[in-house]
Amino acid sequence: MSTGHLAPAHAHAAPGGFIRKYIFSLDHKVIGIQYYFLALAAVFTGMFLSLLMRIHMVWPEAVLPIFGTIKPEQYLSLMTMHGTIMVFFVLTTAPQSGFGNYFLPIQIGAPDMAFPTLNMLSFWTTFVSFVVMLAAFFVPGGAPLSGWTSYPTLSALPQAGPGQGLGMDLWVISIAIFCGASLMGALNFITTTLDLRAKGMTLMRMPLTCWAWFITAILGLLAFGVLLAAGILLLMDRNMGTSFFVPGGLIVSGIPIKHNGGSPLLWQHLFWFFGHPEVYIAILPGMGVASQLLSTFSRKPIFGYKAMVYAMLSIGLFGFMVWGHHMFMSGMSPYSAFAFSVLTMAIGVPSAIKTFNWLGTLWKGKIRFQTPMLFAIGFVSLFVSGGLSGPFLAQPSIDIPLHDTYFVVAHFHLIMGVAAIFGIFAGTYYWFPKMFGRMMSEGLGKLHFFLTFIGAYAIFMPMHYLGMAGNPRRYSQFTELKYLAPLLPVHKFITYAAIITISAQLIFVFNLFWSMAKGKKAGQNPWESTTLEWITATPPPHDNFGGVTPVVNHGPYEYSVPGASTDFIMQTDPVQAPTH
Amino acid sequence: MGVALLLVIWLITFVSSYFFVAHKWWPTAVSASAPYIDHQISITFICMGVVFLLAQLGLGLFVWQYRDRGQKVQYSHGNVKMEMLWTTLTAILFIGLNLVGSPIWAAERFHLPPASQSLQLEVTGMQFAWYFRYPGPDNKFGHVDALQSDASAGGEAALGLDTTDPAAKDDIVTGTLYLPVNRDVDVTLRSQDVIHSFFVPAFRFKQDAVPGLMIHMHFRPEQVGDYEIACAELCGLGHYKMHGMVKVVSAEDFDKWMAQREAEKQ
Amino acid sequence: MATLGPTLTVKEPRPRHGGGGDVPRFPHGGGDGRGDDGAPDYGERLRRYRLGLAVGIAPIVMLFVSFTSAYIVRQGLGSWDNKLNAYANDWLPVNIPTLLLLINTIILVVSSITMELARRQSAHEAVWAPIADIPGVSVGNERPFPWLGLTVVLGFGFLIGQYLAWRALETRGFFLSTSPSSSFVYLLTGMHALHLAGGILALLYAASTSLLKRPIEARRIVIDVTAWYWHFMALLWIYIFALLQFAR
Repeated sequence: MSTGHLAPAHAHAAPGGFIRKYIFSLDHKVIGIQYYFLALAAVFTGMFLSLLMRIHMVWPEAVLPIFGTIKPEQYLSLMTMHGTIMVFFVLTTAPQSGFGNYFLPIQIGAPDMAFPTLNMLSFWTTFVSFVVMLAAFFVPGGAPLSGWTSYPTLSALPQAGPGQGLGMDLWVISIAIFCGASLMGALNFITTTLDLRAKGMTLMRMPLTCWAWFITAILGLLAFGVLLAAGILLLMDRNMGTSFFVPGGLIVSGIPIKHNGGSPLLWQHLFWFFGHPEVYIAILPGMGVASQLLSTFSRKPIFGYKAMVYAMLSIGLFGFMVWGHHMFMSGMSPYSAFAFSVLTMAIGVPSAIKTFNWLGTLWKGKIRFQTPMLFAIGFVSLFVSGGLSGPFLAQPSIDIPLHDTYFVVAHFHLIMGVAAIFGIFAGTYYWFPKMFGRMMSEGLGKLHFFLTFIGAYAIFMPMHYLGMAGNPRRYSQFTELKYLAPLLPVHKFITYAAIITISAQLIFVFNLFWSMAKGKKAGQNPWESTTLEWITATPPPHDNFGGVTPVVNHGPYEYSVPGASTDFIMQTDPVQAPTH
Repeated sequence: MGVALLLVIWLITFVSSYFFVAHKWWPTAVSASAPYIDHQISITFICMGVVFLLAQLGLGLFVWQYRDRGQKVQYSHGNVKMEMLWTTLTAILFIGLNLVGSPIWAAERFHLPPASQSLQLEVTGMQFAWYFRYPGPDNKFGHVDALQSDASAGGEAALGLDTTDPAAKDDIVTGTLYLPVNRDVDVTLRSQDVIHSFFVPAFRFKQDAVPGLMIHMHFRPEQVGDYEIACAELCGLGHYKMHGMVKVVSAEDFDKWMAQREAEKQ
Repeated sequence: MATLGPTLTVKEPRPRHGGGGDVPRFPHGGGDGRGDDGAPDYGERLRRYRLGLAVGIAPIVMLFVSFTSAYIVRQGLGSWDNKLNAYANDWLPVNIPTLLLLINTIILVVSSITMELARRQSAHEAVWAPIADIPGVSVGNERPFPWLGLTVVLGFGFLIGQYLAWRALETRGFFLSTSPSSSFVYLLTGMHALHLAGGILALLYAASTSLLKRPIEARRIVIDVTAWYWHFMALLWIYIFALLQFAR
């Protein structure tokens, strides 16, 4: 099992054999692409589930082809699996394990990750986790209905609903496997960043993408262990008669429950201690990509590199201190609520700093509007929109009317379901030439951008209004409450917008696969970007740098340096006259 | 392309802002705490609205204004003074908003009205209905045991009211919540099975009902009328239809209604 | 326009001496420990694997921190008791078989000592290996004491001892689901045992490397990293035992 076994004078050939090369490859680039395609499969599954959800919400009696009518419990299963698949198998996978795996080693000048075998194992463990998750659809009772947050006692008691039997167990097992896979990946990312940087690549010369992947990995390292603990306790409550989460004296559908003495709030604390860092795991890589692209395509260094780094570090640190803001209405101590609330408002500050700095990067730049840049600009807009609903929810008194309404759905979808996705799109359009040696179609890319940008706003902006009107979330239909009837036209508008926007993603998929085969051949550095991946061949050879070790002499975003002969200086270019 | 982006961003900003302000989304508020909550929402709204407009319009403007026209780029790694300035301003704004609103949270959660003047009420959630219990003339809630309950029988039996307990004899259990106007309500929330949430949009009131916990809250309806109750925590397949009704009536009407309920128990 | 060709500075590889920004050796995947040009790079690999272990211990700590905080909170928690019409604390302190667990602790601590001796022994072997390979040269210690094997035996001994402790708990009436407190006892000790078993598997793999004729450097790295893991497991056990004994 040898790989990366290199002699300094010549590049080593990749291992032979189809299985070694493409299935159980130890090459971080192949593994990155494997993760990316897993996430692609997951995102289309998740989008399809949300399409069924939106259709059912406005036409509950609709008879769909193949599925027939969707029963309320089936709606809730669709919703649970939609959230779970999107959060775990798309947002925790593509930006970090996908692009991070491919480009972290290259951007720091390393020939591979620190532990290539572990890397391969972490991908296949993620794959197994996904298969187990999907299996929940096909077992008796079907997929669970307790939401991606899986609160007991609904998730702890098989009697509490259809799908809460074997389906729920498979869900927990899948998540536990995913925790293991994530921890393996985080270990690799952290060790690689600390130990494999090329000469001259100090931490403060790393591209902001690398910082984002590094901090995300630290968050994952510390958070997934807690989720694993919670999952183990839940499995024990469900299958071994323990009572970590289930109190005594309960009766479900006339069946007395034999558990005694547990606390449902314990789950919420454990889950959200993981859950809040998780959402920062989902967004930080996108922030890194946005910073990289805004700088490249404005031909200007990122505004305030150090501040950007400290902001990400603060977001990571504070991210562990704010989990209680998901629990203001849960019955937890109001004193704790106040403390969590202040910390949550505080975490808005580094996010605001990053936004100011992105705007500062654009200011007095020279902006090129290729597709990657459009998605980076879109990211900033969506991050602002999604972020500004946060201060409403962060104040417990305002959270009282807004908690568990569509206002929350609007908030997290704009940030996770669109901004983070735009980060993935931006990364795809930007790095596709390097990964596949061809350019994606600009025309299709721009069309994809405008349709998705407008479509996503059309879907999620109106959800704020619904939340303000008191429309609760996780309702399979809105036929029972009179005050919801006037809101149905808004729901219909959202559903139509969703149908159009989801369809528009086919443009992206077509562009992706068609360009792999037929796209215009790409040069080595089509975007005139400065970071290390753009000095490699296209696509990079097995050891990334063709047998030579890069030496870094510059920071990552030296664009339009006064006095330089070109408007960009590669990180490995020889030292020029001192500029900054 | 710069123009296209500018137009799209600005249009989205203006259209969404229009709908935020032009239409009355919030239900009419009828409780004592609602004006304070609504006021806090308004000032947050204004602050965030201004930031929203400035950021989005600024973004749109910049991408058009600084499109590549062959101009010279201002090479800069940033400006520490600016960083310090906007960091400080943002911190003051965000944390200031929070501190300004904290007395409202305190009023909601820490200050309870005097028990002698409040109406005692117990709200129990179960899959998929709300039951309301009044303590009756003795002002004491009798003993309930969910394990003895019989949901199909409804009312007292659904709660598992212990008929041997003397304090329970005069407890009144209904499926519709009647409340007298302008009187504090001291409510205890509980659940028989899974987590539910008692949400009355018109009261700006929401609180989870957690199995294993007895959660005390208070509110004070100040306008006569009918107001819907929605369940606001996923509780199973019937979550969407777990609703109820609060009927706020005058004090005399309430007393009459109570008298009728007590008479029925004889 | 900048040239689009690579502008690299080629540095000849030279022996490492620490520091984060030095020329990296290209890491070797799997267990292959052969140096490229004869220069030992396994020192760098050892450092890297040690770093990886240190990073990997963090989530294990988080796992047990979660269990601990659940334990502490649950101990003090009241739960609504319908019969009493009040919040009641139903925590039932578990009568753990302290003597048996103390013996197990001693076994584990001794195994930590033997593990450390095995670790240093393999370090010596790795240093002398290039010279020991020379025909006719003897570096002494032809039949080294099997510290590694002894550690494995003691490790198994600990696991058997834990099993006996669980049987003792059952005899005293504390099963997994008897009470919240007993659940935690089984949970904490069980999770620790599971992690320790992983360590034993690593040791067995290390023992097998000599049979599989893997290079001594690879073997040394496995033993070294597993030794630190093993010491962590011993410390973790002492912590868990103290928690269950003094914070019943």
